[in-house]
Amino acid sequence: MTDAAVRSGVAGRLGESALRPDGVAKVQGSFEFSGDRSADGFLWGATLRSPHPYARIVRIDVSGAWRIDGVEAIVTAEDVPGVPTYGLISHDQPVFAHDVVRFVGEPVAAVAADHPETCRRALAAIVVEYEVLEPLTDPERAVDGSHPPIHPDGNVIRHQRIVRGDQHLQGVVVVEGEYELGMQDQAFLGLEAALAVPDPGGAGVELHVATQWLHEDRTQIAKCLALPEERVRLVLGGVGGAFGAREDISLQVHTCLLALRTGRPVRMAYSRSESFLGHVHRHPCRIWMRHHADADGRLLRVEARFVFDGGAYASTSSAVLLNGITHTQGPYRCENATVDGWAVRTNNLPCGAMRGFGVVQACFAHEGQMDKLAAACGLDPLEIRLRNAMKTGDRLITGQVVESVAPVERLIRELAALPLPDEPVGGRDGDPLRLPGGAGLTADAGQVRRGIGWAVSIKNLMYSEGFDDFSTARVRLGDGVATVKFATSEVGQGFVTLAGQIARTVLGVDDVVLAPIDTTIGSAGSTSASRQTWMSGGAVDGACRLVRERLFEMVGSAHDIDPLRLEIDGTDVIDTMGTLRISVTEATKGIELDETFEHHHRPTEDLDESGQGNCHTAFAFAAHRAVVDVDPELGLVKVVQVATVQDVGRALNPLSVTGQIEGGIAQGVGLAVMEEIILVGGHVRNASFTDYLLPTFLDMPDVVIGLVEEPEPQAPLGAKGVGEPPTVSSTPAVVAALRDALGKDLDRVPVRPTDIVF
Amino acid sequence: MSDASNEATGEGLAYTLHVNGVGREVHDAWVGESLLYVLRERLGLMGSKGACEQGECGSCSVLIDGNLVCGCLVLAASATGQQIVTIEGIAPVGAPSDVQQAFVDAGAVQCGFCTPGLIMATHSLLDRSPEPSEMEIREELSGNICRCTGYGRIIDAVQRVAVSRRAGAQ
Amino acid sequence: MSVLVPTSLDAALQAIAAAPDATVLAGGTDLMVEINGGHRRVAGTVVVVNRVPELCTWYHDPRSGTLRIGAGVTYAEIERDPIGQWVPALAQAARTVGSPQIRHAATIGGNVGTCSPAGDGLPVLAALDAVVELQSSAGTRLVPFGEFMVGPKRTVRQPGELITAITVPVLSGWQGYAKVGVRNAMVIAVASAALVVGDGSVSLALGSVGPVILRCPEVEALVAELADFGERQLSVDAIDRCREAARRAARPIDDHRSTADYRRHAVGVLAGRLLRRAFPNE
Repeated sequence: MTDAAVRSGVAGRLGESALRPDGVAKVQGSFEFSGDRSADGFLWGATLRSPHPYARIVRIDVSGAWRIDGVEAIVTAEDVPGVPTYGLISHDQPVFAHDVVRFVGEPVAAVAADHPETCRRALAAIVVEYEVLEPLTDPERAVDGSHPPIHPDGNVIRHQRIVRGDQHLQGVVVVEGEYELGMQDQAFLGLEAALAVPDPGGAGVELHVATQWLHEDRTQIAKCLALPEERVRLVLGGVGGAFGAREDISLQVHTCLLALRTGRPVRMAYSRSESFLGHVHRHPCRIWMRHHADADGRLLRVEARFVFDGGAYASTSSAVLLNGITHTQGPYRCENATVDGWAVRTNNLPCGAMRGFGVVQACFAHEGQMDKLAAACGLDPLEIRLRNAMKTGDRLITGQVVESVAPVERLIRELAALPLPDEPVGGRDGDPLRLPGGAGLTADAGQVRRGIGWAVSIKNLMYSEGFDDFSTARVRLGDGVATVKFATSEVGQGFVTLAGQIARTVLGVDDVVLAPIDTTIGSAGSTSASRQTWMSGGAVDGACRLVRERLFEMVGSAHDIDPLRLEIDGTDVIDTMGTLRISVTEATKGIELDETFEHHHRPTEDLDESGQGNCHTAFAFAAHRAVVDVDPELGLVKVVQVATVQDVGRALNPLSVTGQIEGGIAQGVGLAVMEEIILVGGHVRNASFTDYLLPTFLDMPDVVIGLVEEPEPQAPLGAKGVGEPPTVSSTPAVVAALRDALGKDLDRVPVRPTDIVF
Repeated sequence: MSDASNEATGEGLAYTLHVNGVGREVHDAWVGESLLYVLRERLGLMGSKGACEQGECGSCSVLIDGNLVCGCLVLAASATGQQIVTIEGIAPVGAPSDVQQAFVDAGAVQCGFCTPGLIMATHSLLDRSPEPSEMEIREELSGNICRCTGYGRIIDAVQRVAVSRRAGAQ
Repeated sequence: MSVLVPTSLDAALQAIAAAPDATVLAGGTDLMVEINGGHRRVAGTVVVVNRVPELCTWYHDPRSGTLRIGAGVTYAEIERDPIGQWVPALAQAARTVGSPQIRHAATIGGNVGTCSPAGDGLPVLAALDAVVELQSSAGTRLVPFGEFMVGPKRTVRQPGELITAITVPVLSGWQGYAKVGVRNAMVIAVASAALVVGDGSVSLALGSVGPVILRCPEVEALVAELADFGERQLSVDAIDRCREAARRAARPIDDHRSTADYRRHAVGVLAGRLLRRAFPNE
């Protein structure tokens, strides 16, 4: 059942564009994703979900389903042996709803059967009688307390203020705006899927699953199953993208439960429509901001109010809120602040992590404000940002000093120098696909206007508020081969590539074997928060250095040389003060050096009641410029180019960095102009790829990239995480470009044709 | 009455599909199964991926009688007598095609879930149009959604193949 | 439960005669979405018609100036020449049908058979006064497209009948199609329009703005009255009036894809822009 180890047959050291070790398998279709895993005699599992946003369960009758041939198990809340609820921060979400359903799509029962169609028929045969209740769908009613609690934990998940400096200061220039973001879906392509294999006698279970964090999953699963953690073994199934949506449990407990019930392996695989209901989303958010500046446009004070709609269960809402409000000022100096933030519970779909994690919301608002401020001061959008650009050593509105490299001014100046598109509206070849509306032939070039917009962002890296999200790695070196073991979820970002690069660089080997990614080693923390290059990179680097130290000691004692004189040169150990040169392969013949290392970032602390405290670990910055063509009369948009300069610390793999930046921008562009889960009264209207629109090849602009490489002193490899910043400020840049083209306030994303036309 | 018929045999259907040049028997199948399901679950060809079940993502792209189609939208039992080529039929394991190698080299692969479908679509495109313009690449591949890469490296990969094929032909 | 794959028209008609309630499967791009989603139970007979040679051919008759397109002809073929030369508006519509993969499978007969108000090819067929040919074991009947579609996904096709062909005129005048969707590829129409210029007359059809494809007699009359067909001229004022008339003709709804107001607005814009392309005043 366990994975074969992957031999990293590709070369490349730190700083080089090493190729993915799993690349060939992926292009050939032989890479095994979690949905591809099977086992002899397996059953299919499927989930029955609530059709109502809020209802009391009066009765569940599964007898009809039992009468269907091929049905082997039916489970409901009564069958959960352990803790009936789970959750990443607070354990408020039931494995199966038992008295009340709180969102459309909440699991009520699950079945195991011999064929997906049998499962479908069985689910249809389960009778659930509901007493429909009035749903809470307006988050403001959760804030003002006018709706009775829909959960024992209440309707407010977290309320946090930030109060700093002069609370009465008024600027000469004051600008105010209200902003709104719709609910974005991560829309990873590899749908939720898992294979659970029970141990004989039901003593334990092995779960192959696509997840962002094996160990956290295991902790939650074990509690719900009432099994000791060591009896629950998790193996990373190939992950087809994540973007935050796999940080929470979805089908994990259900699959294990069905396997333990039947004593047979069980595969579960969500459909796309089910996936929209089965994982958390980016929080819809309403934000009010008021910026005070002096006559020169220097930011004096910011006021803000955030309301994040957390949906039915808490997930990571409290951390998303923290991220949102602590990034209110953006990458700009500001001494005084009054911020009020709410994350509330409603009967909408649960929301949690998605790339950018609360900062996407804040950035959309603060960048809208900066443009308003520029206009009010009669300044260029770049000038206002340069005048306020944050520097290392500046203090945030939480009182925390930004110790990270903060090259904001440099990002903006280098961005401004990147070339603009050389093609006029519609291009020179007259290809209609270059115009808004594309093959729909809706516009002629003369009907289209071009706009340019700018946005700059700050994004925290790693977890915050006292959380020690450490990572563990084990490295064994023998016969010139390094075997690297970690539990870091490879979700597509390329940590498997980087791990090999680190080992090759530090240990001077060509041959690196990546051991299976599972829970037989300590936690790596989550693949999220732009943290794995730093955290798991730091762990692999640390373990490699320990091994190298022992190697040097060994070589030193064999040759009577002070180990401190030794270093790695290519694939050799050399004496920097002498003539010794011995290959690592020869030096490690017949032996094995084995070291494990845990990397911890420096501690952080909770915010106090006034929102003061060193809550974040580190920060990364990015700047984006978007060029859009828009058809004002029809409200159709073509994003022509997005240029970006990003603060990456050090590009450990330039090709991977490019991939993260381009991919992140695609998701930012999607949020700007098309991506939204539409909810009406708690019901989802577009849970499919026909109606939840993702950018296609024809929607994605050209991307021009500049990197600022100022190594980050805190970071083990000098590198900052690069995954989130591209998503954070690309959205506001696109919207700013639309505002520029249209001369119109656009305060909501995605910007819909109706927002442009009417 | 009809020239080909896949009659019920007991509970399910029995029929033969021609996949990657080989006749493959399917037994006891449910009538509503898509070609994608049958390829993956009955014939063990897991390379084709399903991500939307409605022809909106292209992950399940296969060739049927030389035409690129979505396997999820083909009723499996209707594909009898047709030549089906899947990602497994493009090149032997361990010996990637030029398109496949270019995807790896250009950084066009991240999570890799959309990749088999894109490989199929790219082969199909380059067979018909050996030197596509960038806009042609974008249009011809627009039925394949990639959520990770933002497409830039994929376009680069396709262009690399076109260039190297032209160089090879000279 | 059986799946029949006839390879002649006779065999297909016999199969449908034997099982009038049979599910007819052409390209599968609509039906399989419903089956995969569990929205449609498959029982009884499925008759697969995309390998009937008679259905997969077209015939251009220069004498009558018509093109008879077999129901099984795919949109990939319609998108290309020579069909693209004969009915350019239909080719333009074909290029917007789903993705390349969809167009390789989706057939014009299937598009007509499903008859969604958002069906991409349908406004062109309506504007061209296309004729739908239906065959059954009892014989053949020809139904003008305007009478064929009676509601959203509702047609006059009877059990036992098979859509065998669509016949359209091959015209020399300007014709064009335009479609609004929120994405630049692979998107369902929020509003669409087809304009066909004939000899001293035009026909305009609107898609996605009513329960059926809507023709616009008011616009057609206005253009017939106000346009100079020889010089291809139509005044700004006349186009404005046509836009208004197209807006009035629309009977759109609000749904998750857009609003009625936007659809009404957009279809007016499309009508105006198509008219300007047809009558460039140059």
